[in-house]
Amino acid sequence: MSTATQAAPKLTRKDFESDQDVRWCPGCGDYAILASVLRVLPDLGVPREQFAFLSGIGCSSRFPYYVDTYGFHTIHGRAPAIATGLKVARPDLSVWIVTGDGDALSIGGNHLIHILRRNVDVNMLMFNNRIYGLTKGQYSPTSEVGKVTKSTPAGSVDHPFHPLAVALGADATFVARSIDVEAKHLQQVIRRAHEHRGTSFVEILQNCNIFNDGAFAELTDKPVKAEAQLVLEHGQPLIFGKNRDKGIRLGSGLRPEVVELGKGITEKDLIVHDEQDPTLAYFLSHMGPPDFPTPIGVFRAVERPSYERALDAQLVDAKDRLGPGDLDALLNRGDTWDVE
Amino acid sequence: MSPTDLGGGAAAEAASKAAKAIETRDGVVVRFAGDSGDGMQLVGTQFTIESALAGNDLGTLPDFPAEIRAPAGSLAGVSGFQLNFSSREVFTPGDSCDVLVAMNPAALKVNIDEGSLKPGGMLIVDKETFTDQNLRKAEYQVSPLTDGSLDGFDLFAIDISKLTSTALLDSGLSNKQVLRCKNFLALGLMSWLFQRPIEPTIRWIEQKFKKAPELLEANKRVLQAGYNFGETTELFHTAYEVRPAKIAAGRYRNVTGNTATALGLVAAAKCADLPMFLGSYPITPASDILHELSSYKHFGIRTFQAEDEIAAVGAALGAAFGGALGVTTTSGPGVCLKSETIGLAVAVELPLVIADIQRGSPSTGLPTKTEQADLMLAMYGRHGECPLPILACATPADCFETVFEAVRIAIQYMTPVILLSDGYIANGAEPWLVPREADLPKIEVEFRTDPEGYQPYQRDPETLTRRWVIPGTPGLEHRIGGIEREDVTGNVCYHPMNHEHMVRTRDRKISGITRDIPASVVDGASQGDVLLVGWGSTYGSISAAVKELVAAGESVGHLHLRYLNPLPPDLGDVLKRFRRVIVPEMNLGQLIKLLRAEYLVDASGLNKVQGRPFKVSEIVAGVRKVLEELT
Repeated sequence: MSTATQAAPKLTRKDFESDQDVRWCPGCGDYAILASVLRVLPDLGVPREQFAFLSGIGCSSRFPYYVDTYGFHTIHGRAPAIATGLKVARPDLSVWIVTGDGDALSIGGNHLIHILRRNVDVNMLMFNNRIYGLTKGQYSPTSEVGKVTKSTPAGSVDHPFHPLAVALGADATFVARSIDVEAKHLQQVIRRAHEHRGTSFVEILQNCNIFNDGAFAELTDKPVKAEAQLVLEHGQPLIFGKNRDKGIRLGSGLRPEVVELGKGITEKDLIVHDEQDPTLAYFLSHMGPPDFPTPIGVFRAVERPSYERALDAQLVDAKDRLGPGDLDALLNRGDTWDVE
Repeated sequence: MSPTDLGGGAAAEAASKAAKAIETRDGVVVRFAGDSGDGMQLVGTQFTIESALAGNDLGTLPDFPAEIRAPAGSLAGVSGFQLNFSSREVFTPGDSCDVLVAMNPAALKVNIDEGSLKPGGMLIVDKETFTDQNLRKAEYQVSPLTDGSLDGFDLFAIDISKLTSTALLDSGLSNKQVLRCKNFLALGLMSWLFQRPIEPTIRWIEQKFKKAPELLEANKRVLQAGYNFGETTELFHTAYEVRPAKIAAGRYRNVTGNTATALGLVAAAKCADLPMFLGSYPITPASDILHELSSYKHFGIRTFQAEDEIAAVGAALGAAFGGALGVTTTSGPGVCLKSETIGLAVAVELPLVIADIQRGSPSTGLPTKTEQADLMLAMYGRHGECPLPILACATPADCFETVFEAVRIAIQYMTPVILLSDGYIANGAEPWLVPREADLPKIEVEFRTDPEGYQPYQRDPETLTRRWVIPGTPGLEHRIGGIEREDVTGNVCYHPMNHEHMVRTRDRKISGITRDIPASVVDGASQGDVLLVGWGSTYGSISAAVKELVAAGESVGHLHLRYLNPLPPDLGDVLKRFRRVIVPEMNLGQLIKLLRAEYLVDASGLNKVQGRPFKVSEIVAGVRKVLEELT
């Protein structure tokens, strides 16, 4: 989302740190995400009081307490609904939702898809650690099949969501992914999310070192990371690997395949990332181990009028046509009669 | 009966201005009944407007099935609209009707079986619909028009369908289109019979069918044909006149409860100088409020049809956080879904209005029928100690004032408020003395902007209310949420003593609203044998019953509660002034439990849960039984 920038005194990270003790478990990926957000906020040109951070329930949802802006820690799964009301009532605010895989995709799944299709101009940061942390370790809607947890001692039989595919299915206008420990990348994505007009959905892969340690180790560990991550850049071919010698091309039909560059295969054979191509975004959203690297970056960014602006336009139009509301005229509308 | 017995029994008074005799009646109850596709609600509504413009006091009862179109001609598909119009004060739509217009055999069967028509009452039927097939659908073995079973009524079997098609002979409309106009024939005929002005209906037709000139012309022609038929046919020798009621001077309009609720919200938002945000999910019988408010965008009202009931209230609460008047409208099943968010609103102490237009329960229950069984839900339907104010509307017009008061309390006390209305008054109509904006009280709203010494849960020492501070205010950034907070600072706090302090503070804040509740007004006897304590839409039936009992010399009073939580501070004293207390409710006894618990009063219940309002006679009978016990 974006908000009109205003001339204001230069803000710093300190201005956005609240006086509350941060109470996530030591080593939690949430610390890194908080640090990145606090790093970005002062640079957005938005006065501190114009920010509102809303959250649902879960570890991630404690986030608003740690940011010295307006904040609302709501109830499980409902932050998108509450944020919709806030943004519609107050289009001037920069509204952020912080949520997790359980909050957004399980108990709040309905509100998630509806805020996305309406394209309310808010930023949604979904921390995905593939586990329920606050309730102490049950499987989540993004946990892999076979996951052994307290509530699935014989392994989970639930097929997991691809969160970005869900967002794309709801016709989200901005869909992106980053990783807690990739601070620079994460900050870029957060900036892009802020600039986008409409609902920005950002999945942030996050480690839970208590209940799901190493959730994304195969993707974030230094030795393997270059082979396991595919950094998306609009207009650039899909290349990855430590030596940038691997790429993704379209194989038979619409099936992507990993190829090694050289031996007659050049960058020209590869798929070029296009943030406006819905088909590409969809198959990128399903891409991941063991056969593919995991894409990070902006999967989709398209323009569509945001809900609150469209509604505002109707209000303006009504006032133009009918004049400002006249209460006495309204109360006396229709057939009236006078009693002497 | 003969038509001269019609109405309230006043002496007949012939007038000579028309070719036929005109007799004056105190009041008449008319019921239109037909297939749910026959346009009975429309005809009833128009006849109501005509009667309102004739200056009568009135009360209506729309009564329709939940199915949009039940099988044509079936008993399940019968839709009715009852109107009581009078030159005297009207409290109810009438226990039973003086005139029944039945558009098909099923409508006749349902209403005769239920005793809707008074013995000797006037019965008008569309003769041509009494075909073998329709009779079978209505489960008649033989035609009631010929078997003598209707001998106790004054039967007029009229060719309504044929008169309609004759009037539209050269209209070029299809047979189906022609027959869809026949409700206007019935309306025209009734308008003549009771000397109602048809101009408002003509205006309505002109507006409604603006884009379909052939239907506009057809409906107008049929309406006029019905009127002329009454005047010229030899079937009717007399028309009836019901003179204007003597009511307070001023400008009136006809209003349903849902319209009055919508208008009350618009007015309250204006008087509070706040933008209104309505989050709602369509549900019978509340949807009309959403429809109505959606068309008031020029008043700055934002309406949001949410994905579900939970999102509807959530968005309203989010808007309240942003400084708007947050409102959600629903019925009982929706309140169940909203409970968690209402609890959050109690915890974060933000203003919010939840309008529950009650209906038959439990579960889907009787969506189009009335009931008042959500009082306990409003009172206790959240987890934990979660008090909030509850107000109930007594009549259609009363919805305006009550919802206005609900808004005032929500803002002044920074609390969610539940407004209880129900299907009966939501859809029912009555004349309303239209208020003027200049006469409405202002609702004070002051967002705090001074950062000096600000603490999010600092409270007003008297009302215990925290201040409303909205995002965008520099220097007052703060966080709120559902976790228990430390009083004053608003920091998350699990301390045992703080929790008890907060639970008690929230409770005292709500119970302290008694300071705003005006002294109770008891109608009828101010002390004596029996006090009837009612709430909500039973007002009309109880009022009429008490009037009747007092006129008969009984010592009976009526107290009707608008404030259900907290209860009026003088209620305990009022209860003590009577030997017995009766609580009529359209449930199995909910207010009575609160009264017993609060005042240890040995009240007795008078309960009806049939999806329809009390008849006056039922209340009178219930009181008489208690009076007999007293002697």
